[in-house]
Amino acid sequence: MKKKFKLTDLDCANCAAKMEDAIKKIPGIRDASVSFMTQKMTVDAEDDRFDEIMKQVVETCAKIEPDCIINL
Amino acid sequence: MTQKQKTVRTRIIITGVLFAGLLALEHSIGVTLPGYVMLLLYLLPYGIVSYDVLGRALRNIKNGQVFDENFLMTIATFGALAIGEYAEAVAVMLFYQIGELFQSYAVGKSRESIAAMMEIVPEEAFLEEDGKLVAVDPDDVEIGQIIVVKPGDRIPLDGVVEEGESFLDTSALTGESVPRRTSEGDEVYSGCVNGSGTLRIRVTKEFDDCTVSKILEMVENATERKAKTENFITGFAKYYTPVVTVGALILALAGPLLFGGNFMAWLHRACVFLVISCPCALVISVPLGFFGGIGSASRMGVLVKGSNYIEAVAGITALVCDKTGTLTKGEFRVRSIVPSEGFTEEELLETAALAEGYSGHPIASSIREAYGSQPDLGRVEDVQETAGKGIKARIDGSIVYAGNAVWMKEMGIPLNGVEASQAGTVVFIAKDGILAGWIVIADEAKEGTASAIAAIKAAGVKKTVMLTGDAQKPAMQIASELGIDEVHAELLPGDKVAEFEKILAACAKEDARGKVAFVGDGINDAPVLGRADIGFAMGSMGSDAAIEAADVVIMDDDLGKIARSIRLARKTMAIVRENIVFALAVKALILILGALGLAGMWGAVFADVGVSVIAILNSMRALH
Repeated sequence: MKKKFKLTDLDCANCAAKMEDAIKKIPGIRDASVSFMTQKMTVDAEDDRFDEIMKQVVETCAKIEPDCIINL
Repeated sequence: MTQKQKTVRTRIIITGVLFAGLLALEHSIGVTLPGYVMLLLYLLPYGIVSYDVLGRALRNIKNGQVFDENFLMTIATFGALAIGEYAEAVAVMLFYQIGELFQSYAVGKSRESIAAMMEIVPEEAFLEEDGKLVAVDPDDVEIGQIIVVKPGDRIPLDGVVEEGESFLDTSALTGESVPRRTSEGDEVYSGCVNGSGTLRIRVTKEFDDCTVSKILEMVENATERKAKTENFITGFAKYYTPVVTVGALILALAGPLLFGGNFMAWLHRACVFLVISCPCALVISVPLGFFGGIGSASRMGVLVKGSNYIEAVAGITALVCDKTGTLTKGEFRVRSIVPSEGFTEEELLETAALAEGYSGHPIASSIREAYGSQPDLGRVEDVQETAGKGIKARIDGSIVYAGNAVWMKEMGIPLNGVEASQAGTVVFIAKDGILAGWIVIADEAKEGTASAIAAIKAAGVKKTVMLTGDAQKPAMQIASELGIDEVHAELLPGDKVAEFEKILAACAKEDARGKVAFVGDGINDAPVLGRADIGFAMGSMGSDAAIEAADVVIMDDDLGKIARSIRLARKTMAIVRENIVFALAVKALILILGALGLAGMWGAVFADVGVSVIAILNSMRALH
């Protein structure tokens, strides 16, 4: 399943790249992209564990850029 | 400005005032305050301006992320405080914050202006219920429902006009400013603005499949397909920070040992390194430049599917065009009717119209059009059509062949050499084994095609090639009218990919790095579009297949936009390269000056912030 999320206060382009890298390493994630330009995150992950994986995504992002909020 | 930006601005102003006051205090009055008093005084503005950076640095250390600009800025300013350069510590943080604020503001602004450009989705659709209009979310409208679009409103969903007449402004989709007339039975696309008449439209697509949704999705996804340059920068950024940090460590530790001198002075030099350790100017300005280019293209009705395609468009050296529908109108018209002895013009045309009665080929429809009335298809039996050749049919009991010279040859009809003297597409008609005559059909070049080709060449495309199923002679004639260099004629639909591969190979021999583009209408050339380095689809408003297959979609059918796209792509690439070279050069310069002790932390942070600002402003040029 592929889903798009809006991001608020994603302030630094380098952090967006770091977030993208970190999310891609989460098990169960097929593909992910964080677009600094559109302030959007696309996550493609296994269907049946999607919510669980998203929780990890949120945690990972909070570690890298605590100011950035993912609008689930 | 967002709330967050406003808070940062306030902090910057307060710090600025305090800092100026402290500087004045230190330099104007004669009294020298003891060091610890000065430290305490400077710590106040320092704290105000940097508490979030310090906080983030702490948190990142906890999370095991050491090479983070927050952490490095913290170390650098702590270093400055430790060697007694209090003013410098405050200044570095102050400039750093100003730079960050400006970045976030400028990026937000350019994002907004691109978003505003893409504001083509209407918020609501109007359904008619019991004579009253009810506003609903376009997402909730189902296929087959009738929506009402009032004058001046944007059409929310794709559909067919059931009732009403109006002019549509399609500029948001095509960049074309001349309104398009629409009336009952016409297809209309979401995103167009209705003129002065009320339209009742029967919806034919769900919201998610509508033209507008597709376009928005495409532009949003465009940033995901990253250009090589972009990947290079992200890769570079990963190594840049650790390398600079290690450099700083070496300076601080090995410097005094190897070259002697004051440890404090070396520490100061190391801090200069740390100040410029953030690769932000690069990481921000490159995608911003591409994004601006993509946004600017979409404003003129050209959709680019990704930054990588901007890069490729900029490198086009050869352009291959499909003839029909791209270079020419695709409207075949009968130019002359030449009956053989014993046949009349009317008879010949009637026979041709009957034979071609079932065919969907544009040539067939032009013959039927010339015939005027609907042919009586009851007289036609056993119709067999061979693509790219012709038709065999039984009309009133006689065997009739209609088709090109190849077809006649295959059917054993002698042409006695007439085929060689014809310019235009010729349909030969044979009845009962005898040539009854021929009909010459010609397609006209679109207006402005010749000048568009000239503009494409002026934009730096070295070779233009035309692919067509037409006979060699008429193809050559059109090509020379339009100024096209090379013609590959008499191609069957299935041959086009193979022929294109040959052109690709030939071009690769001449210039291995040049890109070969293909332009088509996207209807039956999807395989070639896919095979090309860059596939342009033209006249694609409402055509999902074309949008799907192409890399660059030109919404209307203006060939001139290819030249404009190439120029835009080149400009975007130039901006991106300028930014990279400029930012790297300034960073390198500061690193060298810093290592030699010639640049202070002030200068370093000022230059670093300055580079970011200039690179961002430069990127925004791509938007206009």
